[in-house]
Amino acid sequence: MTPLLDIEGVTKRFGGLVANREISFQVGPGELVGVIGPNGAGKSTLFDLLTGFQAPDAGHIRLDGASIAGLRPDEISRRGVGRTFQKLKPFGGMTVLENVMVGAFQKTADPRQARAEAERALTSVGLADRAHAHARVLSTGQRKRLEMARALATRPRLLLLDEITGGVDQRSIPGLVELVRQLHAGGTALIVIEHNMRVIMGISQRVVALHLGEVIAVGSPTAVTSDARVIEAYLGRAYAG
Amino acid sequence: MRSLLGPLAAFGLLGAALAFPLVFTLPYPRDVMIRIFLYAMLATAWNVLAGYCGQISLGHAVFFGTGAYSSTVLLRQDWLGVWASPWIGMALGALLAALLSQVIGFPVFRLRGHYFAIATIAVGEIVQTVVINWDAVGGARGLFVPIKRPDSLANFQFHESKQTYYYIALALLVLAVGISRWIVRSRTGYYFRAIREDQDAAAALGIPVARYKQRAMAISAALTAMGGTFYAQYVFFIDPESVLPLSLSILVCLVAVLGGVGTLWGPILGAAILVPLGEVTRVQLGGTGKALDLVIYGLLIMVVSVVQPGGIMALLQRGSRRS
Amino acid sequence: MVQYPSMTAEVLLQGILSGLLMGLVYALIAAGLSLIFGLMEIVNFAHGEFLMVAMFTSYWAWALWRLDPLLSLPLTVCLLFALGAATYWGLIRWILDAPMLAQIFATFGLAVFLRSTAQALWGVDFLVVKNPLVEGRVSVAGLFLGLPQLVASVGSLAAFAGLHWFISRTETGLALQATAQDRQAASLMGIDTQRMFALGWGIGAGCVGVAGALLSMFFYIFPEVGVTFSLLAYVAVAPGGFGNVPGTLVAGVVVGLVEVLGGLLIAPALKYAVVFAIYLVVVLWRPQGLFGRF
Repeated sequence: MTPLLDIEGVTKRFGGLVANREISFQVGPGELVGVIGPNGAGKSTLFDLLTGFQAPDAGHIRLDGASIAGLRPDEISRRGVGRTFQKLKPFGGMTVLENVMVGAFQKTADPRQARAEAERALTSVGLADRAHAHARVLSTGQRKRLEMARALATRPRLLLLDEITGGVDQRSIPGLVELVRQLHAGGTALIVIEHNMRVIMGISQRVVALHLGEVIAVGSPTAVTSDARVIEAYLGRAYAG
Repeated sequence: MRSLLGPLAAFGLLGAALAFPLVFTLPYPRDVMIRIFLYAMLATAWNVLAGYCGQISLGHAVFFGTGAYSSTVLLRQDWLGVWASPWIGMALGALLAALLSQVIGFPVFRLRGHYFAIATIAVGEIVQTVVINWDAVGGARGLFVPIKRPDSLANFQFHESKQTYYYIALALLVLAVGISRWIVRSRTGYYFRAIREDQDAAAALGIPVARYKQRAMAISAALTAMGGTFYAQYVFFIDPESVLPLSLSILVCLVAVLGGVGTLWGPILGAAILVPLGEVTRVQLGGTGKALDLVIYGLLIMVVSVVQPGGIMALLQRGSRRS
Repeated sequence: MVQYPSMTAEVLLQGILSGLLMGLVYALIAAGLSLIFGLMEIVNFAHGEFLMVAMFTSYWAWALWRLDPLLSLPLTVCLLFALGAATYWGLIRWILDAPMLAQIFATFGLAVFLRSTAQALWGVDFLVVKNPLVEGRVSVAGLFLGLPQLVASVGSLAAFAGLHWFISRTETGLALQATAQDRQAASLMGIDTQRMFALGWGIGAGCVGVAGALLSMFFYIFPEVGVTFSLLAYVAVAPGGFGNVPGTLVAGVVVGLVEVLGGLLIAPALKYAVVFAIYLVVVLWRPQGLFGRF
């Protein structure tokens, strides 16, 4: 079965810094893959490469067998890849509903249909009651949901979530996790960057561990989190045992 | 964002505007209203690019001049016979302005924010300099619009009364506002606003950002050019100093900013305040009035940008929300 | 297209020389602009008008008190410093975090205000300082150097060097740099960012004060004089990258050279158009500047 996303030998340099080196892994249709790694491991760069905000210096990125490396972000989005941003980017001057409609417009040019689709997306993330608030007044947790709803409205086959729990209070985390589970249950493939180990363990089918721009482990959550190299990367050699 | 004046008030205003020349038959009040309509229309056109799409152009006079020069040059080609019509000229001007905007936009849209604004000033200066030195279109001396008798809509010239000019200007304004309103409610409008708010997020949602910026520029340029043609047919003389200067670009921005950038009624409000204000300073202060109204404009721009960048519309909406 | 009748090596060399000299003045003007932007990411659209104010200050000091521009230079610089700091305190302070539209229009409005006030006060006539202390030409290897131009460019270079020394070697200058790099971190370290910003504006305007005083020795003085210099300043800052003050030295000189060569090789009337056209080409190629941070 062809993987949905096939990343092979992807390398990205910024001057002398190698942000991603020979990254290779695959994501199957409807699979949920977690990406972990300490700060500076190259996770966000990888997302930028996958979504067209940067172009790789070497390697292949294939979606459904077709290469997407070097395409513009909007072209990649229209091929079914959605994403959220670590540094949230709401359309502050527009209402919550209008924000999501922008996403919905990818699939329809009719404002009424876009509105209906946006309302559905908002309901699924639990923001329906804030539909007419301006996006800039939302809390961090609400903004995260908004970004998800906006990306969802484009009906992606593959959704890249960059840090779903960062900056969110503890009480809200289970709700967000449940949301991600529902998305996964709906058939969307997901790549999730996350620092919170419990969350990653709870939702991922497979985990990719990055360190200093390289993949140091790929496998089931338990296997990866007990991998000596992963422990060493996060906590230092003393803990690797 | 609900407009403060509902559709009922809008129709009321339109009715009053239609009736105005029937009540005020002297040329002067009609002239003031015509200039209010013209500036409101130019500001509405600028608003499409700058207010909705967020690309602050400080060189929009380029398109105004394109419209004015296109129709005037066409009109002076006697060998074209009946094809030398100002209406064809208006269409030609709009088309050329739209094309010019694509040529300008291609390099300039790669810049963001301040850099984009500076580049638009530079483009404006380049074009004005080129036209000043271009003898085929009159150079610094300018061009006279050939007088065609009799007064008629076909000739787009009226020497006896300003009444038809008034209705044409009003019609152009209604056209510009209508297009603006239609855009805002359509997918294009949502995409424009998304680009204004956050270009990268917009791209990540599948919006071809460069293409939509160009679209906004083309619409804005074409409408502005139509205003330029109207001006030429109204004043009968054009030169780089009157249709291409930086001060015109400034004035168009100010009208929109004062009234409320990114709103439908803002440009109209802005024009309704600034044009009479300019008249007052000109009448009261005679020759020096020319520099003095710019002094006031400068102060106004500063005050608005500090106190309420959203302009008068934002002030009105804040007031209504409290009550 | 008009060409000079005899394009000799001599004319070309003469042009290059005068382009070089003017370029140093442009560099000083651009340095002020770059400093301000580096501090708070605000482009001063009134920069050319600051220059105009400086030139008029020199003019009136001469017209009223018979002070040569070189003698009144300290006065001009102090006045411009005050103007810059006052602009920050009275205007810029309120729009530091405002939307970009508001930031652009704030200084844009100031430019319009200054320009038209000058016009309302002193009319549109071109004024000139007669019989300055420094006048005449000097001959070097068969080429002529206007003495005022030479003094202006040497003065600009000296001021530029002084600015560079101040920023990189004094404690205040380093504090300025720190504020430019990271506003929050700087304030956490005890640096009064408001004072830094006001200082930055003062120094940026002061640079223009020096340039204006020097220019008034030989340049026409009129309300609109700032517009072209504004644009040339932006053009000189952009390739080096906004915030890169040393880069403006090279860029300023390049702008001066392009202006003269454009005038000689294409047409004198189009020389500014050539400069702006090349600017557009450069930003198309590298929107972040040739060596800049932004």
